[in-house]
Amino acid sequence: MTTTDNTKRVARLAELREKFGRHPVEPQEKHYQGGSQRDRQPRFCGLESGHRACQGCGEALAARLVMECAGPDVMVANATGCLEVFTTPWPQTAWQVPWIHSLFENSAAVASGMEAAMKAKGKNTKILAFGGDGGTYDIGFQALSGMLERYHNILYVCYDNEAYMNTGIQRSSSTPHAASTTTSPAGAERMGKRHLKKDLLSIIAAHHIPYSASASVAYPADLQRKVRYAMGIEGPTFLVVHSPCPLGWKHDSHVTIEVARRAVECGLFPVVEVERGAVANVMPIREVRPVADYLGMQGRFGHLMDPNDPRAVEELTHLQALADYNISHYNLRGEGEDPADTAGITLVARDRAAGES
Amino acid sequence: MREALEGSQAIARAVALCDPDVVAAYPITPQTHIVENLSKLVAEGDLHTEFVSVESEFSAASVVLGAAASGARAYTASSSQGVLLMAEVLFNIAGMRIPLTMTVANRAVSAPLNIWNDHADSMAVRDSGWIQLHCENNQEAVDTTIQSFKIAQDTDLPVMVCMDGFVLTHTMEVIDIPTHAQVRKWLPPFVFKRALDPSDPKSLGALVSPDFFPEVRHSHHAAVDKALPVIEKVDASWAKTFKRDCGGLLTVEGPEDAKVGILAMGSTVGTLRTGLEHHDGPGAKLIKLRAFRPFPADALRAAVAGLDSLIVIDRAISPGLGGILGSEVKSTLYGMPNAPRIHNHAIGLGGRDIPESIVGDLLSSIEDPDAPAFSVFDADLSMLPPEDR
Repeated sequence: MTTTDNTKRVARLAELREKFGRHPVEPQEKHYQGGSQRDRQPRFCGLESGHRACQGCGEALAARLVMECAGPDVMVANATGCLEVFTTPWPQTAWQVPWIHSLFENSAAVASGMEAAMKAKGKNTKILAFGGDGGTYDIGFQALSGMLERYHNILYVCYDNEAYMNTGIQRSSSTPHAASTTTSPAGAERMGKRHLKKDLLSIIAAHHIPYSASASVAYPADLQRKVRYAMGIEGPTFLVVHSPCPLGWKHDSHVTIEVARRAVECGLFPVVEVERGAVANVMPIREVRPVADYLGMQGRFGHLMDPNDPRAVEELTHLQALADYNISHYNLRGEGEDPADTAGITLVARDRAAGES
Repeated sequence: MREALEGSQAIARAVALCDPDVVAAYPITPQTHIVENLSKLVAEGDLHTEFVSVESEFSAASVVLGAAASGARAYTASSSQGVLLMAEVLFNIAGMRIPLTMTVANRAVSAPLNIWNDHADSMAVRDSGWIQLHCENNQEAVDTTIQSFKIAQDTDLPVMVCMDGFVLTHTMEVIDIPTHAQVRKWLPPFVFKRALDPSDPKSLGALVSPDFFPEVRHSHHAAVDKALPVIEKVDASWAKTFKRDCGGLLTVEGPEDAKVGILAMGSTVGTLRTGLEHHDGPGAKLIKLRAFRPFPADALRAAVAGLDSLIVIDRAISPGLGGILGSEVKSTLYGMPNAPRIHNHAIGLGGRDIPESIVGDLLSSIEDPDAPAFSVFDADLSMLPPEDR
């Protein structure tokens, strides 16, 4: 590289930073949405449209929401999976930022190397690592734990669609109890997956990293606030984003957001924030739905919907108990709410509903 | 400056002279001393690098992949099971043509568990698309390590520097360590033109369909092949500056008119050389193969011209086939007019001591017309039950 090239690159980077760069976010400001109307208009997005995701793909939506707030001065390490496949069929790419895909189980480790390289070169480019639930909860779990323990300055985002969707809907340790997948099919002898969904966020929290959180594509403002907050932290941060997969969950592609919202509203997917190992904030549920409202929309739980099958009733009861546990464990009901107020939780001020008045 | 150093310590010093930006470290016998010594250099302030202590060899390889892809000079080291755990990443690094260096302290592969030296580990990843260079002694290992950084960035390929575990890594030798100034003058700063850079975003590691995959493989093969002259050129440039060389692709020693040759890689060459010096009778040519990948076919054909017999020493086997190096030499010489008869033997598997006297046994074995095409030469079959012999 000649000196002129390098000068040009530096200038171009400065220009991009100026135009689209990360705005400093005050950690205390919980509802940061940009300082002005101008800031709220569409910004640089590292992930362009035109990729090959399925209609209604929750992961594609989540990745776009994340990239909208990440800015241009980032580099992405992406695990093998749908996101990698549908964005980069050579010679095309949907990524407008430096992006690397190595393997299924090593995005956290590749990101660690990228971050070390940035440190060595004295650059402050933020490194993002992306993986699905298979690449995060299962096969990439060790590399992720190592990355967190070594305290790399990386935001790891897990797009959780609760099964190995890229290979054709096989159960992962993130698949919910009783869900039917191609390797945990419901049948005469079995009622879908026999084990529980791994409580990954608690395991991540046990690393005592500065910030970890769950989010859902149904709540984009919340998701983006969390990304901005994490981007401003020097150190390892982790975000798990609940991302419905119409193909794998067997629901219509136009109800992706509704399905994701109901997962939060029934308590099966608690949306919480954890700082240094302690729960710092939760998204309260204004009106708790029964889990059947959520499960009934999806073919993967279809075998639970027969009220005359005692096994189905038992599993449904079991799932309701799991949701109830989440609600009491994270205090998702909040306190002091008006029982007559049936507005959706998106319209409710989070802190007030959480009882902090 | 000439210093008495343990092999691993010398390698650590050599790596430090090359100013790596990122070093990924994970312990495994007999490689451990290399990363220990590197971390000591870091702790003492003699090496300024991002030293990443990973949680597995798999992550060690992944970290150097990510670092080099981001434009950093990266280094790691491993052995045996560690190399096998890395295997998936090693293929990936080479497939993406990411230039970096890894030392392999060659060791046998389990089971049965064995921590001593043979070449089963690097042979297991011979098809990964890395450059693989073997070192005879610690001076060569030091020189080859420094050369490997240049070869990597001149070819955009990863380089594996193979040195025999324990035999070299744990042996004290007097070694001429270049100065930092000398190495800085000889080795240009690291440049990787496809590096990830936010001011010029690229996507690395895309999904490639059958429409393009054969072309990718063809060009990878061609790229590794094209490394042959680079390896020679870098060694020649090294020799010009430092007044010693590592033998380019391969070297041939011994009488011009010898009818018998012995071919080997790594520290075994030194043992065979001394054995030949002490052996009475007509001399033999000794061929030291330094570049195993790319395989120097033309140089090998020239080296064996005029020989009646060639004994190929393997330090690893492919069960059900025989010697790996032996098979490759045979395939290279196939169809060559007056090609020598190949006698292929594996010796010193799992670190069994190779005595100098083995030269006499090897040379006399070629007289036996009924000798098998391949044998584990130093196996004592009387130790086995009759049905396993």
